[in-house]
Amino acid sequence: MKFRARILVSLKEGVLDTQGKAVLVSLKNLGFDVVEEVRIGKSIEIVLSAGSAEEAEKKVESMCEALLVNPLIETGRVSLEAIG
Amino acid sequence: MNASVVVFPGSNCDRDVLYALGKIAGIPAVPVWHKDPVLPEDTDLVVLPGGFSYGDYLRCGAMAARSPIIQAVREHARRGGLVLGICNGFQVLTEAGLLPGALLANSNLEFICSPCLLKVERSDTPFTNAYPEGTLVQFPIAHHEGLYFLPERELQKLEDNRQVVFRYAAADGSAGAQHSPNGSLNGIAGIVNSSGNVLGLMPHPERASEKLLGGTDGLGMWYSIKSWLEGGAR
Amino acid sequence: MDYRKAGLRPHEYETIRRELGRDPNETELRIFGVMWSEHCSYKSSRPLLKLFPKEGPSVLKGVGENAGVVDAGGGWGLAFKVESHNHPSAVEPYQGAATGVGGIIRDILAMGARPIASLDGLFFGRPDSPKTRFLSNGIVKGVGGYGNCVGVPTVGGKTLYDERYEDNPLLNAFCIGLVASDSIVSSQTAEPGNLVVLLGSKTGRDGIGGAAFASVELGEDTKASRPQVQIGDPFVEKLLIEACLEALEKGLVTSMQDMGAAGITSSASEIAAKSGVGMILDLDLVPLREENMAAWEIALSESQERMLLIVRPENLDAVLSLGQKWDLDCAVIGKTVEGNRFILRKEGEVFADLPASLIGGGCPEIHWPAERPKDLDQRQSFEFEPSGFPGDLSQPLLRLLASPSLKEKSWITRQYDSMVQVNTVQGPGAPLSLIRIKENGNLVAMTMEALPWACSLDPYRGGYETMARSLRPLWVAGARHLGMTNCLNFPSPENPEQFWEFSEAVRGLADCCKDLSCPVVSGNVSLYNESAGRAILPTPLVCSVGILPVSGFPLLPGKWKEGDFLFLAGIENASIPGSHFQAVLQGRLVGRPLPPSPEMETGFMERALQTASRQIADSAVPLLGGGLGIALGKEAIASGVGAQIDLQIPTHPLALFFAEGGARALYAVPEARVPEFIRTWTGFPFRMIGRVGGDCLCLPQSEPIPLQILSNAWKGA
Repeated sequence: MKFRARILVSLKEGVLDTQGKAVLVSLKNLGFDVVEEVRIGKSIEIVLSAGSAEEAEKKVESMCEALLVNPLIETGRVSLEAIG
Repeated sequence: MNASVVVFPGSNCDRDVLYALGKIAGIPAVPVWHKDPVLPEDTDLVVLPGGFSYGDYLRCGAMAARSPIIQAVREHARRGGLVLGICNGFQVLTEAGLLPGALLANSNLEFICSPCLLKVERSDTPFTNAYPEGTLVQFPIAHHEGLYFLPERELQKLEDNRQVVFRYAAADGSAGAQHSPNGSLNGIAGIVNSSGNVLGLMPHPERASEKLLGGTDGLGMWYSIKSWLEGGAR
Repeated sequence: MDYRKAGLRPHEYETIRRELGRDPNETELRIFGVMWSEHCSYKSSRPLLKLFPKEGPSVLKGVGENAGVVDAGGGWGLAFKVESHNHPSAVEPYQGAATGVGGIIRDILAMGARPIASLDGLFFGRPDSPKTRFLSNGIVKGVGGYGNCVGVPTVGGKTLYDERYEDNPLLNAFCIGLVASDSIVSSQTAEPGNLVVLLGSKTGRDGIGGAAFASVELGEDTKASRPQVQIGDPFVEKLLIEACLEALEKGLVTSMQDMGAAGITSSASEIAAKSGVGMILDLDLVPLREENMAAWEIALSESQERMLLIVRPENLDAVLSLGQKWDLDCAVIGKTVEGNRFILRKEGEVFADLPASLIGGGCPEIHWPAERPKDLDQRQSFEFEPSGFPGDLSQPLLRLLASPSLKEKSWITRQYDSMVQVNTVQGPGAPLSLIRIKENGNLVAMTMEALPWACSLDPYRGGYETMARSLRPLWVAGARHLGMTNCLNFPSPENPEQFWEFSEAVRGLADCCKDLSCPVVSGNVSLYNESAGRAILPTPLVCSVGILPVSGFPLLPGKWKEGDFLFLAGIENASIPGSHFQAVLQGRLVGRPLPPSPEMETGFMERALQTASRQIADSAVPLLGGGLGIALGKEAIASGVGAQIDLQIPTHPLALFFAEGGARALYAVPEARVPEFIRTWTGFPFRMIGRVGGDCLCLPQSEPIPLQILSNAWKGA
């Protein structure tokens, strides 16, 4: 089976998000006074084959551990979708 | 006395470090390809040079830290061998877990190339024994991700262990966060591991090693390493 | 397909039919459409470029290769070239600038040279407009983002603001590389029976038609042009540099070309035509990034970070394994054969079968009519009007120091790695850049110059002065010039008055090069820099390269010492027309810049070189933008010491301090060397104008300016 995994990587609470801060200021300058917080992360898409959804999720999680996410500063949230 | 300079795809200061070690400091140095599983047998010092390994894609240093050679570097460090990471090399060392912390984007979100004053906080390391403690030196920085980050409690531990070796400073001798060009916590420019044989720093000593190019403050680092390896400074 | 849709003119289409003896098919038409565009064919400028002197004792390889190569001594050559990436940077500033830097680096690499330094020429619109802020931020980040990653230091450049660049900003990228004189790579050395190898990135649809895009005026609807802009990957470029240099070092490459405009077609047909061989390419063998690409798309794609290598069959395995080592795609896509036919096949079907020499060299020249602008006489009539400026010189000096084009530009240069490769002796912010050659100990001196204001008033004189002004900083520092490269940025040549300005400016450049024996070794032309009827100023940009022998130490600015005597070498009466004072403070350009004087230039050159080699002065700076006043201001700021200027002559003080042009320099000479300085400069106009000391710059009959105030104005603090 083929799966598409989407990993949303974001900076952990307490880690200075300089990009988020800059965007927050820009949005406020543009008149969006309602904005209270901006956090910027990245999204990684992986297409993989696995026997089952559980297996696919395990594999992606070990990829996160091995390379994709730095646990000191980041968290990763995995979502999975079967694509045939 | 031999040095190995690791070349990752995207390293761009490897030749500069080889030049500084070999031609200026007189420490024989060879390039080592990142796909090699082992270091040359007689390696005393490993240098991870600056650059943009793997284009700085994903996270700076992340992919280089998973290169085959890194296992050998880890082993070398475990045996007490010297490891020096400059700029991108520092980022690789943190990603590889050989040094604590992480390097985040500069607080102004811009690349900064500029000479910087640094305070040498320790003169009892293999890398800095030629500098009297508290010396101010000028090395250039050139990076986009140089904001040293560590969660508060661990940062305190790092300070308590006296692992901060270089701190951004001003001409009056004051050093600390207020002088960080990049927002680095506590003004941290370079740190060692707890056993003191692995050093990572963002500024470039190899760019401060010739009078013709504007400064020689970096020579102290090469001489420190040399005398340490020759046994004089231990 | 209609030939007009491919961008061809009727007589061009007729030429194609006549040469082929048949109608071209669609793929062939598209090939001609791109290859015979202005950008690739230089059809409008070729007649003018013949005016440039191209030979000289220093030239190892001249015009005709990717970049010229001059002799740097000790068996080493310097390959250099400047190129525009104006249109792409106007549409997508970051990527446009980044790929401009990447493109010129590959031009240098194609000569077998390791790229060792870059310069960037930036021309922006109104400094305070949101558009300028957007474009300048993007372009600067693009130049830095690419150059920093690829590890080539950006050591200097030129930045100018004028509202006539508002819609058409210019990005000119210069690169210089070092190559052993006996290892220069040529595009003329392919032999029949070689393999054609594509090394680098996969090919996608990006940038298709980019060359054609750069050959027309930017439309109102520039957003629709976005798909044509390429995306740069400096990481792959760095791998490509190392892989190509390793392949060359191992002797695996017979000939090589970079892939820029018009992609595979341009690079492959150029090698075939120049080497006198035929070529058969199988486009199915090209590693692709996208599916279902048509033959013409593959043939004309401008995907970045690719090189074309011509390899003997026995070296193929070694080349393939190098590709593997550096994680680059590497594929044989064809072979060279006897003859002159350039054949493109896909899945066995022939899509194009053309004489190789016709593709790159067959486009007929266009001789556009030239007409002296009708309002030129009116614009050139001039009488100096000092009204609005009371006698005090401090205020105009401070305002000029703070003007966008003259003020300190660390916001730009801080974003560039100017030190990687550990050779930078003089980085950004000085009248010239200097890098050391480790291999022979010599110093390379480089300048980038453009004087669009002067060129708009008198393109001949402006062109001449641009060229001379690019050389003077080399001489003052003690370097002898080896050659120049130029980028000719102009609006549409189809307007006769604009074509006249173009022709005159080129004539001015060429005459100066002849008078001062400076060969033109490479160059680039960028026309159609206009949109919605708003044209850029005539902007011929020149980069000159010189060499300072190992024994010498450069004479640099910013080194005033307390007690030094200040000398003005050169005439007192320069030109207000075309100056920063006129353009920025008076806000209108009128009059004529100084007429050329080859005798003054050579007289200046000889004495400046002697002054530097004998180390008679502590500090020296050629008079550039802002004239004597700005030179004094910047020297005082950089040296951290003031000066007392005492200069009483009949010339109006504003003209004396802010006029520009001519062979002039400001020297700071220690007392003990004054007699020697006077001996050296005797026979040439010079005058002692004051003495270094104190913490103020004191100009005649003016309020003394404290150094801190000077520095704050310049740094915008």
